[in-house]
Amino acid sequence: MTATINTTNPSILLGIETSCDETAAAVVAGPNKVLSSVISSQVDIHARYGGVVPEIASRAHVEMLTPVVAQAVVEAGIKESDIEAVAATAGPGLIGALLVGVSAAKSLALVWDVPFVAVNHLEAHLYSSFLEEPELELPVVILLVSGGHTLLVLMEAFGQYRLLGQTLDDAAGEAFDKVARFMGLGYPGGPVIDRLAITGNPEAVAFPRPMYDNGYNFSFSGLKTAVVNYVRKHADLDVADVAASFQQAVTDVLIHKARTAAQQYGAKGLCLSGGVAANSLLRERLLDACTADGINGFLPSRSMCTDNAAMVAAAGWHRLALEGPSPLDTGADPNLALPFLNN
Amino acid sequence: MASSRHHHPSSPKTLAQLMLILGIESATLQVGCALGGHEGVLASAHSARGRRHAESIAPQVQFVTQQARVELQEVSCIAVDLGPGLYTGLRVGISSAMAIAYALGVPMIGVSSLDLLAFAVRHSNRLIVTAIDARRSELFYACYRQVPGGIQRVTEPQVGKPHDLITELSATNSEMLLVGDGARRYSEDFACLQKTEIAEQGFAHPSAASLVQLAHARALREEFVKPWELRPIYLRVPDADISQNTHHTP
Ligand SMILES: [Zn+2]
Repeated sequence: MTATINTTNPSILLGIETSCDETAAAVVAGPNKVLSSVISSQVDIHARYGGVVPEIASRAHVEMLTPVVAQAVVEAGIKESDIEAVAATAGPGLIGALLVGVSAAKSLALVWDVPFVAVNHLEAHLYSSFLEEPELELPVVILLVSGGHTLLVLMEAFGQYRLLGQTLDDAAGEAFDKVARFMGLGYPGGPVIDRLAITGNPEAVAFPRPMYDNGYNFSFSGLKTAVVNYVRKHADLDVADVAASFQQAVTDVLIHKARTAAQQYGAKGLCLSGGVAANSLLRERLLDACTADGINGFLPSRSMCTDNAAMVAAAGWHRLALEGPSPLDTGADPNLALPFLNN
Repeated sequence: MASSRHHHPSSPKTLAQLMLILGIESATLQVGCALGGHEGVLASAHSARGRRHAESIAPQVQFVTQQARVELQEVSCIAVDLGPGLYTGLRVGISSAMAIAYALGVPMIGVSSLDLLAFAVRHSNRLIVTAIDARRSELFYACYRQVPGGIQRVTEPQVGKPHDLITELSATNSEMLLVGDGARRYSEDFACLQKTEIAEQGFAHPSAASLVQLAHARALREEFVKPWELRPIYLRVPDADISQNTHHTP
């Protein structure tokens, strides 16, 4: 059954992603041709709790994963026997949620007699730009901003990353969620603030720009506190103005650091990934900065920025080529680290 | 034996004789896989060390198919323990079982962990009380009675404090056999009950071998479900605590 399969360069991979609150499966041909990408989001289930509830997420993954995989195979227009490798996110993320995806992926690989490959969720995000822009020239600086992560990474070659900076406290998306929750705007915070900010004045409140000229690390906890204090003191505030001013402050810091890093390391391009990469102001300003600096700016579509399994399959393809399959006794690691060259 | 069965069929086989069931069981501290059917259990593997359920299942499936000298593709039904039990272990087993059933295109049979515990001591004519450690000082439990041809569950599976179960049981005047890791953990509390024995450690966990045997009986009655129709038995609403969150939203 496996006689004709090239295990290190599979032509068709199934990817599975269950690290947080999206149950996702995708079929990808080679390193970057997306044949299908199915995402079942649990965001509505978690919204009433104001955040992701791990036990609820795990329960939903068990129910949704098999139908989502089946749908990804059907939408790709392939047969199960065409699949030559199965990749799944093995961390970082919620342990109970990760284990559902890893267990299913290993089982599928076992039955189909194809390699299984464990993927680092952060590495998967780094590949999301290449799914839509395979010709992106390296090196690139990637700004990965989500509810769980804020990383500035230099990708020198596939599989070779340098960590330039990361958040010292809250992730950028977490700051959006916390500010929105405090102001009673609902969950998730990113889209609500993005929407409100359109009608607000970004110059209305001069919120701090934490660590603006201080290396590549980030800190959003103080900014969040500044917003909370401002809201407490100003009963008559304009919600749209506060949202716009907060968003402006976050974006200022992110863009400034990303563009300085791109210049310092001679990057050919600047890419965004992660859920916060769906923010309209961030997208607009990143492209403006790239145009001004004469480098390529790349914004994956919103469905490729947020958690999806196509990026997992893509990262799986590269992992397989570099290191070969993962053993069938692989587990999940909620704190799985990405091996950076400089660590 | 196995090879003649598969390669040289001497006479037409009935559906029951061809039924080959893979069972996956991971509801408690133990994790196990077994393969069997008409001829009983052909191979099984169990381990109870370090709660490495997710790590163990795929290698165990490989092991039992090799030991039974069958190909995974010959399996015609996947049986799985639906719980109640330890949530993460349970989900790992169910998720694996669903994926295997989907990939093979075969139906599934879900069995309760409490039924599996009772099945292993089915020859007892006492009242069988199964009790699984539910953590948080609670038990998952149910009662069973011998009936002609087997055993029957006589109470609905419940979650409660050992004290709740003791109150319920002290009202009955029958001889009792308590079985399960929960019964053993709280054996001192149960000592106050009259005419009660606690089954030995060998019966403390549901076994994959029992699962295959019980599922075979249900398979003969064609009590199959589709992989996406199975639901774990939790017996508790989810704990809506977001503080243990790793803060990872997309
Ligand atoms: Zn993510």
